[in-house]
Amino acid sequence: MVTSQSTESRPSLDYEAVIGLEVHAQLETESKMFCSCSSGYVNSPPNTHVCPVCLGMPGVLPVINRKAIEYTIMTGLALNCTIAEQTKFDRKNYPYPDLMKGYQISQFDQPLCSQGWLTIQVDGVDRKIRLNRVHLEEDTARLVHKDGPDGERYSQVDVNRSGTALMEVVGEPDLRSAEEARLYLVKLRTILQYLGVSTGNMEEGSFRCDANISIRPVGSQDLNTKVEVKNMNSFRAVYRALNYELERQIRALNEGERIVQETRGWVEAKGITVSQRSKEYANDYRFFPEPDLPPMVIDRAWVKEIRDRLPELPDARLARFISQYGLAPNDAVVLVNSKPMADFFEECVALTGDSPKVEPGQRARAVGTWMLGDFSKLLNAQGMEIRESKVSAEALSEMLGLIDNKTLSGKMAKGVFEEMFDTGKSPGRIVKEKGLLQMTDSTEISGAVAQALESNPDAVSDFLSGKEQALTFLVGQVMKATRGRANPAMVNSLLRKQLESRK
Amino acid sequence: MALSKEEVQHIALLARVGMTEDDLELFREQLSNILEQFQVLDGVDTSDVPPTSHTVDLTSVFREDKAAPSLSKEDVLANAPREDEGFFRVKPVLG
Repeated sequence: MVTSQSTESRPSLDYEAVIGLEVHAQLETESKMFCSCSSGYVNSPPNTHVCPVCLGMPGVLPVINRKAIEYTIMTGLALNCTIAEQTKFDRKNYPYPDLMKGYQISQFDQPLCSQGWLTIQVDGVDRKIRLNRVHLEEDTARLVHKDGPDGERYSQVDVNRSGTALMEVVGEPDLRSAEEARLYLVKLRTILQYLGVSTGNMEEGSFRCDANISIRPVGSQDLNTKVEVKNMNSFRAVYRALNYELERQIRALNEGERIVQETRGWVEAKGITVSQRSKEYANDYRFFPEPDLPPMVIDRAWVKEIRDRLPELPDARLARFISQYGLAPNDAVVLVNSKPMADFFEECVALTGDSPKVEPGQRARAVGTWMLGDFSKLLNAQGMEIRESKVSAEALSEMLGLIDNKTLSGKMAKGVFEEMFDTGKSPGRIVKEKGLLQMTDSTEISGAVAQALESNPDAVSDFLSGKEQALTFLVGQVMKATRGRANPAMVNSLLRKQLESRK
Repeated sequence: MALSKEEVQHIALLARVGMTEDDLELFREQLSNILEQFQVLDGVDTSDVPPTSHTVDLTSVFREDKAAPSLSKEDVLANAPREDEGFFRVKPVLG
């Protein structure tokens, strides 16, 4: 909800956004949707994953990739959709240089999946967001816009992406804020990643989002003129673009303007949406059944078989992380929202084995704390995914074991972990190389304590005159002198002992 | 069923075909005739027949998800009117 800026002539109204998202996700199939060209073109030179079918040559015959159908059904089931018994592909006709045939093979009136929903958590409350449909189509070629040295502008066409299996998830206008839209996208992406059907990578364009947004006074049920927003290439961009658009529409209404139905593009660098030149004529796609592809009858036994194979999905895993490991819900959400993080977590916790000294929940919380704290901080600083890092679940587990058996203090472990992250060395090796074994010998620590008292007479007299904080300072001095190796609990008690004796 | 001149213009635009005034009239007449011919079919009672999208009695023809080699880049670009850095070069699409 956003409160409009009041103007002199109009009373201020509370508006809410009405947002529906259309998401396109490239499927992780080995080959393209209707031909055998490899889908793995990402780091390939242009026009090297191309054949007569995806090049749109006359007389060629597309053949449906069974896996793409299976992945779409899998997605439909995970999103609580009805899976069509009869379905078909249709031609969507429009002329554009990224469309090799002059039409896109898509699905019109018989999508593979329809009428589903997913849930998002808004302020701790579950919200069900309805989905209109999930259908399958083919991706288009990629265009690169160029300015020639002579000032001549032109475009380059790379056909590699053309014909790649593309799944479209169409949401109902059930989202009420940019934040809800962001939560929906994260949830949808996480589900696709758990299913293993798409990488969900927005920056690389394998997961794309267009938004329809209109506004209405809070309490109203109207659907007003909507604006389509495109060009958002990250979750943050979606969030910013929708907030911008929401405020723009409120401002326009308050200034007595009308909202016109149009497509607006998000300009990341400027943080605004701009009207994209309206096409000279309204879209007229002239859908008709694709004559080259026979219709499909989706066998119920196949659907059941796919349903039986569905992996554990994010909602179920979240509930399990909280109940099984005793994680705080906020921590569990962060782990579960990234499948690689959640997998790493469980792998690491499982490695604890049945060490009698460690209560299972305690180890799980320790793994969670390290992953969400130091580990995430280092990963984020490097812009790295967890599986790209040199720290394995085994290594983290070993390090936690060294903390458990008091070889390492928590403070020393931080340094060891950084070195593990940088070099990939095992914690045991780092401890050995650096002589980092925690000092637990009381004679040795006593010496350091005596030394600290000797060098800091002011702190000593502060403590003796009743200033408890002076103790913290002295602990710090001892830790510094022992390069963090002294066992902090022992330092504390030995310090007290020696100070008391001076009273 | 007679088409209007505007409808023919619209169809020509969708098909990216340029037309003179004479063309428009010529095709308006021809297209209208074709539509009239098809209207004969409206006389058939199809109330018991489900909509048919395909005439061949085949369903669910799939291929397995196996990648096979693509064309060589030279073959792909062989028919390109203009090439640029391995891309097809076309008129500017934006702006």
